[in-house]
Amino acid sequence: MSQTLEKYFVPAPSYYPLIGALALLLMGSGASMWVNHIEAGPWLVASGFAVLIYMLFGWFGTVARESEGGKYGKQVDKSFRWSMGWFIFSEVMFFAAFFGTLFYVRHIAVPDLGSDIGHYFWPAFQAAWPSAGPLGHLELTMTPTAGKIALGLALMVAAGAAVTYAHKPLEHGNRSQLQLVLVFTVVLVGLFLGAMTINWLPAINTALLLASAATLTWAHWSIRNGNRGQFNLFLAVTIILGVVFLGCQATEYTHAYHEGLKLSTGIYGSTFFMMTGFHGLHVTIGAIMLTVMLFRSLAGHFSADRHFAFEAAAWYWHFVDYVWLLLFLVVYVL
Amino acid sequence: MSAVSPDVVGGHDHSHDHDHHGAPTGLKRWLTATNHKDIGTLYLFFSFIMFLTGGTLALTIRAELFQPGLQIVRPEFFNQLTTMHGLIMVFGAIMPAFVGFANWMIPLMIGAPDMAFARMNNWSFWLLPPAALLLVGSFFVPGGANAAGWTMYAPLSLQMGMGMDMSIFAVHIMGASSIMGAINIVVTILNMRAPGMTLMKMPMFAWTWLITAYLLIAVMPVLAGAVTMLLTDRHFGTTFFNAAGGGDPVLYQHVFWFFGHPEVYIMILPAFGIVSQIVPAFARKPLFGYASMVYATASIAILSFVVWAHHMFTTGMPAVTQITFMYMTMLIAVPTGVKVFNWIATMWRGSMTFETPMLFAVGFIFVFTMGGFTGLMLAIAPADIQYQDTYFVVAHFHYVLVAGSLFALFAGTYFWIPKWTGHMYDEKLGKRHFWMSMISFNVTFFPMHFLGLAGMPRRVPDYNPFFTDFNQIATVGAFGFGLSQVFFLYIVLKCIKGGPKAADKPWDGAEGLEWTLPSPPPFHTFEVPPQFEAPAGHGH
Ligand code: HEM
Ligand SMILES: [Cu+2]
Repeated sequence: MSQTLEKYFVPAPSYYPLIGALALLLMGSGASMWVNHIEAGPWLVASGFAVLIYMLFGWFGTVARESEGGKYGKQVDKSFRWSMGWFIFSEVMFFAAFFGTLFYVRHIAVPDLGSDIGHYFWPAFQAAWPSAGPLGHLELTMTPTAGKIALGLALMVAAGAAVTYAHKPLEHGNRSQLQLVLVFTVVLVGLFLGAMTINWLPAINTALLLASAATLTWAHWSIRNGNRGQFNLFLAVTIILGVVFLGCQATEYTHAYHEGLKLSTGIYGSTFFMMTGFHGLHVTIGAIMLTVMLFRSLAGHFSADRHFAFEAAAWYWHFVDYVWLLLFLVVYVL
Repeated sequence: MSAVSPDVVGGHDHSHDHDHHGAPTGLKRWLTATNHKDIGTLYLFFSFIMFLTGGTLALTIRAELFQPGLQIVRPEFFNQLTTMHGLIMVFGAIMPAFVGFANWMIPLMIGAPDMAFARMNNWSFWLLPPAALLLVGSFFVPGGANAAGWTMYAPLSLQMGMGMDMSIFAVHIMGASSIMGAINIVVTILNMRAPGMTLMKMPMFAWTWLITAYLLIAVMPVLAGAVTMLLTDRHFGTTFFNAAGGGDPVLYQHVFWFFGHPEVYIMILPAFGIVSQIVPAFARKPLFGYASMVYATASIAILSFVVWAHHMFTTGMPAVTQITFMYMTMLIAVPTGVKVFNWIATMWRGSMTFETPMLFAVGFIFVFTMGGFTGLMLAIAPADIQYQDTYFVVAHFHYVLVAGSLFALFAGTYFWIPKWTGHMYDEKLGKRHFWMSMISFNVTFFPMHFLGLAGMPRRVPDYNPFFTDFNQIATVGAFGFGLSQVFFLYIVLKCIKGGPKAADKPWDGAEGLEWTLPSPPPFHTFEVPPQFEAPAGHGH
């Protein structure tokens, strides 16, 4: 493809990178002060954040203009695709560090503390999970019964697989099959929720994200077929599902803090809040990305065959979904 | 340049189109750069400044260690020196220098008009000065700089003042820079090669950088995770590395070295690439075993993910784990050996000449290999219990990083500086720089092997008078080495200012697209992709 004599777009000199660097300097130095209770800290972080937002608006605005202005040929488009894929890979590795940490504390650190040698230092400590360590204190009201869990997990995996599979009819332009698979996904999500006890927040959250994957896939279908109204609608529904997810997570955190499960509740609190918290942060970022896409669509951007910015946001959203499924499994269930 | 009208993108030719922007002049040229050559130059100068900064710290360390007892610095400050020396050299000098080479050379080598994302490229660079400011600035805050070692092991790193937090945020920023830089390089190589340049015909330097960039994208986020956990343990009450809360300080080491071992390959694979360009040029023979070189690089990259615990043989891991990591580590020596043999086979019966780049390349092969051997010694778990945390380890990693990575950077500079500046450097001075560096390097670091084997611990400002002789030799060598690098700066500046005009291809044995361009190349190159034909005998 790139063999044709297409000219690769090289942007003009720009101040935005420098502004972005200034933003991170302000944020980095400000945060160092903030955590050490120096008064200027929060102000520096806030101003750095403001500069960053200014930079993001300006920079991405320029990119959107260049894109709509038709400056990006096929080869540039391919570069964007590659880069988004690699960026998501880097995010995967970031989460991998925390999943690895959870594995290590559950299977090595905590059992070691309860072993013969551990007992020498902490005679009263019993190794079990969840644990807040020898000096921590933790009481948890636990989750649904094992039978329900097993059934629920099976349905969850099925729903995840179904919505993944939906991308095949999406690619092949097979409308009726796509509809079938997406409806099937939503049905599976409903069954999952039923199996998992309907008022268990993490299960509701799982259902929300799985459903959002289905609505997003339909939005993708709509833009591909030039149906902007439907695209906007389903994109908006996806964003709402994401926001409701964040609301549920906030509720869950409030409950947890009331019952005494805090970030500082030993290793369980540490892993629980850091993993779900970073995930929540990524849902927020994903929701912001999708919202930007919605506004761009309302402004008339994108066409049936040129909408990679949306696809990139969609890839990101799906990535965040998959991370959640894994989190649900290892943080809440196992 | 553009005999064929290439503007088929949008089918437009408006005059306000930015496609033919020249370089802005003055400071603005550098602040807003989107040109890979300019950004490459920025990276190279930045890394050299950091190199001199880190070097100053190192010379202070060596001055203190000239005699037993405490003469110049207090012990707390000594620990800040070793820590910041490591952080600045790794993240400020070696890594950015290789990115500078990637920026300058990869588009020229593969026939691309620029990097895939020219603006983001500039952001990757401009993130480095803020990070450097945080690192260097931390010396001046209450409590001083990070003193927990460049590895920032918990629980030490949970205890220090604001300097530690500044290091943590600096690592975050440098990580962002590296990830963006690496994505840029991967995409450039995968998507922007000239027609006809298949992956297996690509110059070795591009190959090694492709794999390095992959490693960077894979492990920099893991480091970010590790230091984030440090930060929350320090300030937000988490207990990842605190046994009282069910965590484990050793966990930090696992996460860190999962990053850290691939990191050392990040610092050496591009060096392998540079040497693989230079040796064939001066042996006037194609690189021996090109394909095996590619596979060796890839296997090093894969293996580098499963050897990290060789840094942790003394942490009380179960014997099975130790043995597994020991064998995995030794396995890495196989592809590394393949490379060394390939370079030697390339030289075998070549019509060799020894201009400065070749001197550094051959020097690299000799001295890096010694570092590889000491690595093998360290990989032997039971023996490492003796070597761990002694000067033997310091000797090992300076043989691979200074005589390895740094010498390759020197070799590459001399090799390509005629292309960059359009002038030949002063060959006599270059050779002198090589011999000064080579000799003073060995005077500095060779005695450290003996010190380590005799049990002198690293990262301690005082020592048993028994170790004095070797320490004095090392200090003398270190100052000689420092001086040699100031001399290098002089040679480079002299070459930038003037010198005999360099031909398009100043090395008669060199191969590659970069030599088809004028020296120095025009501001924009390969706006129309060249048709690439593999030189005879290269890559099938
Ligand atoms: C044949 C290949 C190599 C082997 C078998 C090897 C093995 C080892 C081992 C076992 C250690 C841990 C020693 C200890 O702490 O007791 C070590 C340390 C180290 N190696 Fe290597 N190594 C090899 C190549 C390299 C290369 C190519 C680099 C970098 C360019 C490198 C950089 C380092 C560094 C920086 C450390 C010390 C880290 C620290 O504790 O501060 N090594 N090596
Ligand atoms: Cu290692």
